[in-house]
Amino acid sequence: MLEINGLKVAVAGKVILEDINLVINDGEAHVLFGPNGSGKSTLLGAISGFARYQILDGEIIFKDVDITHKPVHERALLGIGLMFQRPPTIKGLPMEDMIRICGQGREVPKELPERLNFAKFMHREVNHGFSGGELKRSELLQLMAQDPDLVLLDEPESGVDVENIALIGESINQLLDRDGLNDNALCPRRKRELRRKSGLVITHTGHILNYVNPDVGHVLFDGRLSCMGNPRELFGCIQKIGYGECVRCSQTCS
Amino acid sequence: MSDKKVLPQFFKKESPKRAYMDSLQVLDILDRNRLVQTGIDFAGVDRSGTFMQMDDSVVHCGVQQPGVEVMSTEEAVSRYDWLMDYYWRTVSPETDEYTAYAHEHSRHGYFIRALPGVKSTQPVQASLYIAENGFAQAVHNIIIVEEGAELNIITGCASGHAVRTGMHLGISEFYVKKNAKLTFTMIHNWGEDMYVHPRSGMIVEEGGAFLSNFVCMHPVQELKMNPLTRLVGPGALVRSHSILVAQPGVKMDVGSRVYLEAPNTRAEIIARALTTGGDIINRGHLRGDAPGVKAHLECHGLILSKEGIIHAIPELEARVAGAEMSHEAAVGKIAPEEIEYLMARGLSEEEATSTIVRGFLNVQMEGLPAELQAEIDRAVKQSQDSIM
Repeated sequence: MLEINGLKVAVAGKVILEDINLVINDGEAHVLFGPNGSGKSTLLGAISGFARYQILDGEIIFKDVDITHKPVHERALLGIGLMFQRPPTIKGLPMEDMIRICGQGREVPKELPERLNFAKFMHREVNHGFSGGELKRSELLQLMAQDPDLVLLDEPESGVDVENIALIGESINQLLDRDGLNDNALCPRRKRELRRKSGLVITHTGHILNYVNPDVGHVLFDGRLSCMGNPRELFGCIQKIGYGECVRCSQTCS
Repeated sequence: MSDKKVLPQFFKKESPKRAYMDSLQVLDILDRNRLVQTGIDFAGVDRSGTFMQMDDSVVHCGVQQPGVEVMSTEEAVSRYDWLMDYYWRTVSPETDEYTAYAHEHSRHGYFIRALPGVKSTQPVQASLYIAENGFAQAVHNIIIVEEGAELNIITGCASGHAVRTGMHLGISEFYVKKNAKLTFTMIHNWGEDMYVHPRSGMIVEEGGAFLSNFVCMHPVQELKMNPLTRLVGPGALVRSHSILVAQPGVKMDVGSRVYLEAPNTRAEIIARALTTGGDIINRGHLRGDAPGVKAHLECHGLILSKEGIIHAIPELEARVAGAEMSHEAAVGKIAPEEIEYLMARGLSEEEATSTIVRGFLNVQMEGLPAELQAEIDRAVKQSQDSIM
């Protein structure tokens, strides 16, 4: 699905990411841990193609297409979708029009807003005056309408209250094709094999692991991917000894 | 605004007499094309009344609802001697050169009135049209909505396809009586070398509501207006929405003033100014004179080109404790984050930009018939196509 080779990214002339190598296969969900300022959002921004992230070296391959220098919308049309951490307000544009835009010409299921408890926001301006939790639901609704093959989630749990976190988790599982656990028509293994949607989730608190079960975890530290492994084990280790120690360990072990 | 003042005396004082028409459907197709964008319904079936003045001549006037009066102001003055009490009461002839000229030379203009308790079922439409090149059209309009009555008025002001230059001077005096409601929508469609100077005053009494919509998206050499609404009775309300688009060469100086003179009166002024190269001064002045008043002023400007100026001048003047007044002004270009946000959903850069502009100009106007809202949406889209 996604292959990143030797990626080096700068913001306003300052190098933020260096020598990033990452492969996300079809149907895999990866989680990215890292302290504040380690470059997690920069990585998602570079994959999305935003202008402020200058690619100095390396390549990004998505579905066998080199997208390293493709404009943002072409990546979106190829099947990349980003959940923004701090989405802007679009004045005068109603949510319902935005959802239509996200549909990219496909019919958007009418029950989607209801499912995200968002029906009463559909006439409101995009993100205008939304609370933290409302912004997350707005973003997830847009992504569900967009239905991307690679879902990039930037701290989906930040600013969400306890009441809504389960709903957010459920929606993410749906986006990643990991919902319907009670659906007995298919055995879990078969279901995994059929799964096509991939994801890359940034988390700072790790909270989202209570709701979403990613396959692979990475630690991004100081602009480099320094460790890879079982997400829960990695997170447990980080909680116990901190990022710095965790990275030192991976360096001595390898 | 411009270095040299263009005065009415520079233009023709006289115009050829225009023949009366039994229906606006006999209007020349070229004139109709100019007027259709201002929301005029030529058959007039979905209208409570129609008034049309071409240059100095009233070419059509009719009314379809009992209790609603539509006629030339000159005719109204000769019919009602009490009307002199409403004449030059909210605007003074001494205001400037333009009001002085109108005081001396104005011909006709519309008089529209709803008798007490009468609610217009359909909008009344009025059109002030300049067909003669180089002519200075001066009119005096009076609207009276008597106690408990409701009027919805659509006015279209335009100049003909053959009119290169000219001037429009409109004195407008609106009276909204106790518990009455006036919805007034004005759409301008001038030529590139037109000079336009409306001078308007409104008085809203206790419990009355004045809802004003103004749209000017076509080129005009100079447009200068700053109407004053006085809320003189407790609980009176004004809501003013305007959309201004200035293409290269256009100079607009457009404002809205509201004096909240009585307790618990409310005012809301919302303006959207967009330039693709022209200059817009957007003024707003709210004055709170009585306790319990509530007023908000919102002026947003968007600059889409290297040239062009947007100068927002919001003013709040509270003269009493307990006045609740606020303003919000923001001028700038489209934020790149907004464009990238929409691009991340699959829109190209051009599509994203035009979606943001459309949203920017999407001001919810009240009391508009569906076809007029559609007309405004179409005009927004059209002006968008011509600037993108």
